[in-house]
Amino acid sequence: MALSAIEIYQHLPKTNCGDCGVPTCLAFAMKLAQKQASLDECPHIGEEAAAALDSAAAPPMATITIGDSSKALKLGGETVLFRHEERFHHPCGIAIEVSSDLPADEVTAKAKEINELEYERVGDMYGVDLVAVRDAGNGSFGEAARVAAEAGDLPLILMSDDPSAMGAALEAVGSGKPLIYAATAGNIQEMAALAKEHSCPLAIRAEGLEELASLSGQALEAGVEDLVLDAGAREAGQVLQNETAIRRAALNKKVRELGFPTIAFPVGDSVVEKSLQACNCIAKYAGIVVVDFTDAVGILPMLTTRLNIYTDPQRPPQVPPGVHEIGEPGPDSPVLCTTNFSLTYYIVEGDVSASKVPVWVVVVDTEGTSVLTAWAAEDFTAETIAAAIESSGIEEKVNHKNIVIPGGVAVLSGKTEEESGWNVIVGPRESSGIPSFFRQQGFS
Amino acid sequence: MSFEMPVETWPAAVSTVTLGATAEQGGTRTSTVTVGGEATLPFLNFEQETPNRPVIAMEVFDEQPSEWPAPLEAAYSDVWGDPAQWAQKCVEEYGADLICLRLASADPEATNASPDEVADHVRAVLEAVGVPLIIWGCGDYDKDNEIMPVCSQAAAGERCLLGSAVEDNYKTISACALADKHVIINEAPLDINIQKQVTILVTDMGVDPSDIILYQTTGALGYGVEYAFSIMERTRLAALGGDAMLGMPMLAVVGAEAWRSKEARLSDEAGAEFGWGPQEPRSILWEAATATIFLHGGCDILTMWHPEAVALVRRTIDELMA
Ligand code: B12
Ligand code: SF4
Repeated sequence: MALSAIEIYQHLPKTNCGDCGVPTCLAFAMKLAQKQASLDECPHIGEEAAAALDSAAAPPMATITIGDSSKALKLGGETVLFRHEERFHHPCGIAIEVSSDLPADEVTAKAKEINELEYERVGDMYGVDLVAVRDAGNGSFGEAARVAAEAGDLPLILMSDDPSAMGAALEAVGSGKPLIYAATAGNIQEMAALAKEHSCPLAIRAEGLEELASLSGQALEAGVEDLVLDAGAREAGQVLQNETAIRRAALNKKVRELGFPTIAFPVGDSVVEKSLQACNCIAKYAGIVVVDFTDAVGILPMLTTRLNIYTDPQRPPQVPPGVHEIGEPGPDSPVLCTTNFSLTYYIVEGDVSASKVPVWVVVVDTEGTSVLTAWAAEDFTAETIAAAIESSGIEEKVNHKNIVIPGGVAVLSGKTEEESGWNVIVGPRESSGIPSFFRQQGFS
Repeated sequence: MSFEMPVETWPAAVSTVTLGATAEQGGTRTSTVTVGGEATLPFLNFEQETPNRPVIAMEVFDEQPSEWPAPLEAAYSDVWGDPAQWAQKCVEEYGADLICLRLASADPEATNASPDEVADHVRAVLEAVGVPLIIWGCGDYDKDNEIMPVCSQAAAGERCLLGSAVEDNYKTISACALADKHVIINEAPLDINIQKQVTILVTDMGVDPSDIILYQTTGALGYGVEYAFSIMERTRLAALGGDAMLGMPMLAVVGAEAWRSKEARLSDEAGAEFGWGPQEPRSILWEAATATIFLHGGCDILTMWHPEAVALVRRTIDELMA
């Protein structure tokens, strides 16, 4: 349980010297209780008091790392239940499974494929994070783990309930800090020993929350501090309840045994069903989701759900205002106008690229809002568009004065012509209409 | 160690709203739909049972939609010239809980159908199916103020859900709901304060809080879904915390938004350029995933388009309710 300010105060020197930056020990205790200060800001604290207070000062959910390459994955460290309160810290890891009963060259090929899966969205590339090697119990787990590790930089999850197979796989991959999945009631001591020996994070699978907390406590006692939790359920409803209970127990009740990220295994009869279930898990608290397919149809919605849930609720992603070039535009090329919301800009960019017509884009600073939002908020107006044309220096780059505005703000055309002295052409409402719009206008 | 479930107590619950009226209740519906009543966050049965499952309304347009992508064309091209047949197909073949009728033909920028013409469409759909109806105008405020009174009257006593009351245009629709015993949708642009304001305005007109459904504009997966999701979570937390002006069931417009997305619209060939896989499962999953996220936000009524997306989401609801 978290300590109250008064409980913390009992352990402080009570000299009110002010060296911590606040005038009294009690004031400092209050800041500590609200997690607005850290203990080492008081230089006078004794060792015993520090030990007593340390656990109270520890974050309610640990941050753990899987892997040791440049692609190492940080998980956990969450501090809130709802994304509107504060940006979630570490996006859910997405793992794809490979079974050890595939021939070694197929394991290699699949692991390579997983390492290379990447899709562009809003100007950035997004991929999966982990390769999960599942022990099929046929004696080739170690070998499969080894070739999967060699196939790329993504960290591994090693999945076997058999400690001797796990030991062999850990030897086979050498270092690399894979996640060991899983310690269970039947093997917790051996698995914890392996995790300690190889300094790897350890996942715990239990049947229900009670057993999960108890096994986690045993792992902590054995000295393994980097844990990942699986309460065992696979049906969507029970998974949601477990995930919520774990997150609440960690944050609100400071149950140390449950203060770790979780791992979920979406189930279903098809790629579509499993992907949908994975999106359920990503929306609500899963730390890692493991699926067994590589199809874009299933992976894309998972990556997008994660991206959306984990964006900063306060600050939308933005591109710099000013003139952007798509392709290699020249003095005759068309000039388009849009907002600096990354989503808007990159959708337009994608559709313009598809048209193969090189263009100039004047990006108006709307503080990262979409065309209609910015229009409604009066950040995308005749005045702001005219000012952006002026300050962008586009006039020196082209030999015409025609600018295309989004169809959604057709009402701005007259006023914008007046303000800017440019000839305004109203484009299609959706930028997907741009290629055919260009054809009609005679650009190619 | 002994583990204690982290149960929370909430001072208030969401209101319970029934849509549709059977013969005994003064209507002609053969079934009704009840939503709301939650006394906890979505599907946390360890805290409180979810009294009513979220429902799916399938959308029907009163004229043939233009430029619909292939998967939707395949599902509806045999019925999309006739709203009554379209509605029947949704109920009989696809098991729609409700029909959401969009009076698109009234749009002055398109067919500009007259109030009497669109009211005929309402009558035809009411006759064709026994499930409750959502009736939504064309989005042009002036025109909607002309057609909704006539349509509302054509459906008098049926306890339809009428869309939508917004801050700048709520009087006509509130009056319709009061006169003809319907329920209304309060719409706000992803803004909790405006949502509250709309509720205050329509309840001041005399609409009973138990005759209101809340709707914050929707964004699709990849296109602002997170804004709508967070607004729903905040609305539901406020409701459970006792804010009666936000304490109603919520609705999300899923189909229309999801099918605007590039991920849903790109054909097999165009999608192949990005390595996105075939359009049919891609678009269906995009709609279903958008809907699923809203279920976790606390949404009670989802309006959807593709029958397979509907089937997927229905199964997800089953699983989440279990
Ligand atoms: C997410 C969202 C928000 C988010 C902001 C997200 C953001 N970063 O912009 C939040 C919650 C903050 C928000 C706030 C508001 N919003 Co808002 N919001 C939306 C929502 C749901 C999605 C917007 C979006 O991201 N669209 C996706 C982007 C990519 O679309 P886009 O920028 O328009 O780009 C497309 C086209 O315009 C075109 N295009 C773009 N550039 C170009 C260029 C050329 C040359 C061409 C040809 C085409 C083209 O192609 C793109 C792809 O099709 C819409 C409703 C909806 N479903 O659309 C409402 C909506 C835009 N919001 C609206 C309103 C009113 C507001 C508020 C004023 C409400 C309020 N009072 O609080 C505030 C203003 C905020 C402020 N003061 O800054 C209204 C606008 C009404 C109108 N039609 O005028 C809408 C339409 C909702 C509604 N129906 O009422 N909003
Ligand atoms: S520095 Fe330590 S001893 Fe001094 S006032 Fe702060 S808490 Fe008290």
